[in-house]
Amino acid sequence: MAQSTPSARPSQLFRNLNSKIASIPMIFVALVIFLGGSVWTVVYSFTNSRLLPRTNFVGLDQYERLWASARWIVSIQNLAIYGILSLIFSLVVGFVLAALMDQKIRFENVFRSIFLYPFALSFIVTGLVWQWILNPEFGIQAIVRSLGWETFEFNPVYDPDIVIYGILIAGLWQGTGLVMCLMLAGLRGIDEDIWKASRVDGIPMWRTYIFIVIPMMRPVFVTTLVIIGAGIVKLYDLVVAQTSGGPGNSSEVPAKYVYDYMFQAQNLGQGFAASTMMLLTVAIIIIPWAYLEFGGRKRG
Amino acid sequence: MNVVPMQFSKANHSVSVRDLTLSFGALTVLGNLNLDIHDGEFLVLLGSSGCGKSTLLNCIAGLLEPTEGQIFIKDKNVTWEEPKDRGIGMVFQSYALYPQMTVEKNLSFGLRVAGMPKEDIAKRVARAAEILQIEPLLQRKPAALSGGQRQRVAIGRALVRDVDVFLFDEPLSNLDAKLRSELRVEIKRLHQQLKNTMIYVTHDQIEALTLADRIAIMKSGVIQQLADPVTIYNRPNNLFVAGFIGSPSMNFLRGELVEEGGRTVFSTHGVSFSLDGYETSETLKAGRKVVLGVRPEHIKVDGDLAGEEVHEAVVDIEEPMGADNLIWLKLAGHTISVRVGGARRYAIGAEVRLGFDMRMASVFDAGTEERI
Amino acid sequence: MADVSTLKTVAAGSGAAANRLSAGPRGRKPKRVLSRRNIMLYGILGLAALYYLLPLYVMVVTSLKGMPEIRLGNIFSPPVEITFEPWVKAWAEACTGLNCDGLSRGFWNSVKIMIPSVVVSIFVASVTGYSLANWRFKGSELFFSILIIGAFIPYQVMIYPIVIVLRELGIYGTLTGLIIVHTIFGMPILTLLFRNYFASLPEELFKAARIDGAGFWQIYGRIMLPMSLPIFVVAMILQVTGIWNDFLFGVVFTRPDTYPMTVQLNNIVNSVQGVKEYNVNMAATLLTGAVPLIVYFLSGRLFVRGIAAGAVKG
Repeated sequence: MAQSTPSARPSQLFRNLNSKIASIPMIFVALVIFLGGSVWTVVYSFTNSRLLPRTNFVGLDQYERLWASARWIVSIQNLAIYGILSLIFSLVVGFVLAALMDQKIRFENVFRSIFLYPFALSFIVTGLVWQWILNPEFGIQAIVRSLGWETFEFNPVYDPDIVIYGILIAGLWQGTGLVMCLMLAGLRGIDEDIWKASRVDGIPMWRTYIFIVIPMMRPVFVTTLVIIGAGIVKLYDLVVAQTSGGPGNSSEVPAKYVYDYMFQAQNLGQGFAASTMMLLTVAIIIIPWAYLEFGGRKRG
Repeated sequence: MNVVPMQFSKANHSVSVRDLTLSFGALTVLGNLNLDIHDGEFLVLLGSSGCGKSTLLNCIAGLLEPTEGQIFIKDKNVTWEEPKDRGIGMVFQSYALYPQMTVEKNLSFGLRVAGMPKEDIAKRVARAAEILQIEPLLQRKPAALSGGQRQRVAIGRALVRDVDVFLFDEPLSNLDAKLRSELRVEIKRLHQQLKNTMIYVTHDQIEALTLADRIAIMKSGVIQQLADPVTIYNRPNNLFVAGFIGSPSMNFLRGELVEEGGRTVFSTHGVSFSLDGYETSETLKAGRKVVLGVRPEHIKVDGDLAGEEVHEAVVDIEEPMGADNLIWLKLAGHTISVRVGGARRYAIGAEVRLGFDMRMASVFDAGTEERI
Repeated sequence: MADVSTLKTVAAGSGAAANRLSAGPRGRKPKRVLSRRNIMLYGILGLAALYYLLPLYVMVVTSLKGMPEIRLGNIFSPPVEITFEPWVKAWAEACTGLNCDGLSRGFWNSVKIMIPSVVVSIFVASVTGYSLANWRFKGSELFFSILIIGAFIPYQVMIYPIVIVLRELGIYGTLTGLIIVHTIFGMPILTLLFRNYFASLPEELFKAARIDGAGFWQIYGRIMLPMSLPIFVVAMILQVTGIWNDFLFGVVFTRPDTYPMTVQLNNIVNSVQGVKEYNVNMAATLLTGAVPLIVYFLSGRLFVRGIAAGAVKG
């Protein structure tokens, strides 16, 4: 072992040095921004920081105030309604569209382009378009009334009871194309022989989908669910553009609550507490998924 | 220059591997492995997938870092050297040609990286292209080449480096059977022409038997036997080597040694086989549990018998393979295969008389599985 | 000709048996174009397509009408009198606050933000992905895991600490600051994209290059880059549309005179003062959506690949 060698073994730190240098941005982002930033926000959510962050700890005060705030409760309710319905609808609509697209149809590319183009647009654009289409004076309500149904009521821009459904319509319009694409990719990944076998066995197509194909697509569904879920929690621009949170507070969402308290109401502590709650929500979605996906089989 | 200890500096050792260990966490891929490869030798590392043969080659190439141990190439300790500084060239299974470069650029890439003068590069490329007869292909991209041509270019890339040691990592496995046998001959010719050391990894025993000066058969990161092809084939060290080499594979009869008429014979299910002619350094003691191994071509049938001890067997099934005919027989509760000429056919259920050629047989200890 | 006649003789020779056999179904099974299945299939797809196309149609139609016509008619009726005035107004005259130089300012701001952000973020992420795929070191996978998990953390959680860091560096509110922010938040998905792509390239290629003596940057520049143009295009599509459509970072990390187009659009349309000019609003909305739409329709399949890449696990 004491033997001398032509080249000295480079020290562990400098081995693969270029790679380590190239990874500095990643390490910085991972540790300082993502990890450090999150921890910082959580810690400061226990302070009474207002215009500037201060380390004056007040325990759970901010959280008590948060959950006592009517606006926050509305935000949470809205997010729950929007979240659950958009999960269900985008999965169902996305899958049905994908299954239809998978029937060796003509003009597949045209249909796909049409279903997916909204996804290329900004939420701001989407919000503004639907604000206009749902406009009670000129939009859908006005048109249906002009067709003779004088008492028709559909005003998801100014009616506080249904305003969140207006946002849901816009959100689905923008997002289902993506779900369709993911599902279609999943369907295309299914072994052709499965279809041949079920055809030879005489199993009707819908049965094959429900009992064979969908169970086989579990990973695709799970991934899609996580992608939609993470997107739902971030819901912000769409609301800002379509309703600005109104009328009143009726279409507020948590992300907007955070932004308003941090950058407009100059009540950082409230903003931090609210964003910590968002972090918690995401954790509740992500951790079981990560456990299921990666927990069982380490080292892929 | 630094002094290398004497016992390693024999000039005729081109590549030496000393106590090499490689483990990933708890998983040990190579365990305390030693191997000396002579100058100009064609050594084949043979084994099934996962036996560590490619890992060993990658360690020699410097693409994997050993956990423990040393590697010498041309008497220089290269354990911590970069791959490019080891004086090796390597040919990969998937050819690994750079797709965006022409054949010429592929061949010269390493030399250009090293900053060699243009004229020298041109000379080397021309020479390699000539040896491999790929001159007309020099301006083509790899995508425009056939599998055989690609592999030729890949060999050329090792050739231009003008190195002492060539490493081949299953170079023929991606080719179809016909091309494989063609290129096999070409690699052998190349070795005879260049006379440099070649280390060749394969799972194909035909490649190993045809190409190798010596074969190292590996299993679970350990070399089971290192010898020339004839020895490996005829005198396998242990049960694993015996079963791995040869197709159709060797017949194994489990039984024990018994005393019979003053001689030790092999006995299974009440049938005894004389071991006359079997060479061993050990004295065969009665009572030992053993496995008798006989290759299908070392069993004589009916007309070929010439005074050997005769056993009766019944034909179970027949597999005609063109030149040969493989017949499966029931003998003393075992099913054994025998290779006969393709013209000889047997009816199922027919009775045949067999004679075992014990000079070519192997006897293994049933416990240690080592050759006796 | 001779062949045909021989065939005929043979057919005639085989006689009655062949005749009986040829009576049944033969050759391709006839298919009806208007089967019930097809009507259902294309009917549903067509209806769905209408739903998705409707907003685009409404935007175009509205933006080409004059305000009087909008007040009288419904939003779906095509324009009686086509006017491009709303477009001119949206581009050059629409007001946000005190500024009345239209969306053009936001457009150029977005261009100035987008180009350097796209270049920097793709460069950083591609090098990171390359080193993760080919030059792993102890801990590199751990950092990568944190990075990927970080992609799911709501931006709101990390945004204030970033404000502080940028303020400390003296680049809060500047273009440089925003480029850094886009690079940070583009990193998880882009790094994943590049890492998976580079890992999918044959490892032996990388080994061959190392035996040829190429180092970290040489292999990146001379072997990997030339082989990876498609994935760079995918990344570019992803980043161009993503950065162009960004609203949150624009609001938080820029000042009013450097607001990107989306922020300015929202301010124009949702401003409380003045009479609502729906035609100008829709023209402005279309203008803002034009860039990603053009990218989308030009890139076609690659766009699909880009967004699907987000779903591919590492």
